[in-house]
Amino acid sequence: MEQPKISRRFFVSISAMAGAFAFIPASVKSAYISAKNLFIPQKRALPLSVSINKKLYKLQQDTRTTLLDLLREELQLTGSKKGCDHGQCGACTVHVDGERVLSCLTLAAMVQGKEVTTIEGLANGDELHPMQKAFVECDGFQCGYCTPGQIMSAVACVKEGHTGSVEEIKEFMSGNLCRCGAYNGIVKSIQQVAQ
Amino acid sequence: MKPFDLLRPSSIAKAISAKQSQVQFLAGGTNLVDLMKKHIATPDALLDVTPILSSQITGSTETLLIGAAVKNSSAAMDKLVLSSYPLIAKAILAGASPQIRNMASTAGNLLQRTRCPYFYDTTLPCNKRNPGEGCGMREGESRMGAIIGHSEHCVAVHPSDLCIALAALDAEVLYTIAGEKKPMVIPFKDFHRLPGDAPEKDNNLPQNALITGVRIPKNPFSKNYAYVKLRDRDSYAFALVSVAAALHLQGDRIVEARLASGGVAHKPWRWYQAENFLKGKIPSAEVFAEAAALAADETNPLVGNAFKKLMLKGAIEVALQNCLTA
Repeated sequence: MEQPKISRRFFVSISAMAGAFAFIPASVKSAYISAKNLFIPQKRALPLSVSINKKLYKLQQDTRTTLLDLLREELQLTGSKKGCDHGQCGACTVHVDGERVLSCLTLAAMVQGKEVTTIEGLANGDELHPMQKAFVECDGFQCGYCTPGQIMSAVACVKEGHTGSVEEIKEFMSGNLCRCGAYNGIVKSIQQVAQ
Repeated sequence: MKPFDLLRPSSIAKAISAKQSQVQFLAGGTNLVDLMKKHIATPDALLDVTPILSSQITGSTETLLIGAAVKNSSAAMDKLVLSSYPLIAKAILAGASPQIRNMASTAGNLLQRTRCPYFYDTTLPCNKRNPGEGCGMREGESRMGAIIGHSEHCVAVHPSDLCIALAALDAEVLYTIAGEKKPMVIPFKDFHRLPGDAPEKDNNLPQNALITGVRIPKNPFSKNYAYVKLRDRDSYAFALVSVAAALHLQGDRIVEARLASGGVAHKPWRWYQAENFLKGKIPSAEVFAEAAALAADETNPLVGNAFKKLMLKGAIEVALQNCLTA
């Protein structure tokens, strides 16, 4: 492969430009920065301490970060899924202080000092959570994309005691959509764990 | 989202003094965060008020007080609500999903914006989003629109279920405002407003006021009540038409009736004419049908939602029947 050539002329002209830039008065530079800020708003950061799957995190986050983006993009906990990002599908369901919520509509700042549990925190080492086992045994999924949200919701559904009938399970699982239509297997999984 | 500051005021007084038009209160966030993602709400700062607002439900023999930060699911499970104000729980459980009810606050529910598709789609005209732009739905796809109380500027409907029950039960909204020590009160029927020529305003809450709770007077409707919600799918959808009904029966007669609807107007709508008609009547299918017809006849549907009139009539009849078997 041919090495890129740097000519003497190129080196001198670049050095001259860099030198000239250093002599631009600070006032001109700050005027440039404030003009830039006018068009590109600055992000605002906020310190955040939160426990996720029993591990304490101390972070510095853009105020706009949702809990879902924090989990997926910053902490590589990609089990929680971004289906619609508008609170319409339930694929991002996690537990905050033991209750199921939508992480896409929760700002990371809102879980300051709270306990978050995601699908990654459900199993006990290699031992699957009973609901995870039930989903495997009862064919509670097909493509698997909605499954982490379904399982987090299903665990809460059993804990809340909304498993009296198939109709009750369906009503209290209505916040989790499954485009494959694995609903019968999901209901069966919940019935199995509720017993 | 547009960058914003997130502030955590340590008291209600501090929250109110920090509130300006470009600063918004944040509670459950289920509606506001979504609107911010779509650049429909573009606040410079958010004031997280959840920690400073009451998350308690307290009751005396005369009233029930639901704190502004009480989550929808907590209110629907509360023993006092279930025993004396069960219509509230019934309405809450008809709305949203368990996850959203775990997040959404009582005050936030009152302040949620319309779900009109023209409001949400920023490529379409909407007077509520951009005053003066025109109403896209009025001459457009008006299937989800209002059938009563609409104006030439806006035909959007109010989306809440809880608010329909609160309207039926003559609740009151408590709020605090800068410079006032005492909590201020707005009767629920006057809280939300009709669009008129200013559809960008959803309610009559004074600017920069903070809702602190909702008060519901003691009522005789804990036995015969119903909430009927008709929608495109069985659960987790906004209402096409909903009806909160409550009857106070004595002997074989109706002493007092309450009827309110969601999905029909820019605010929770009370059917006063039908309520008055039911007073003193002996309940029967014919009487209920007549009351329902009185309400349906008040409506003025748009081009694309004449079906809602018939739907409303049926929903009121069913709701009144369900009151007897509740």
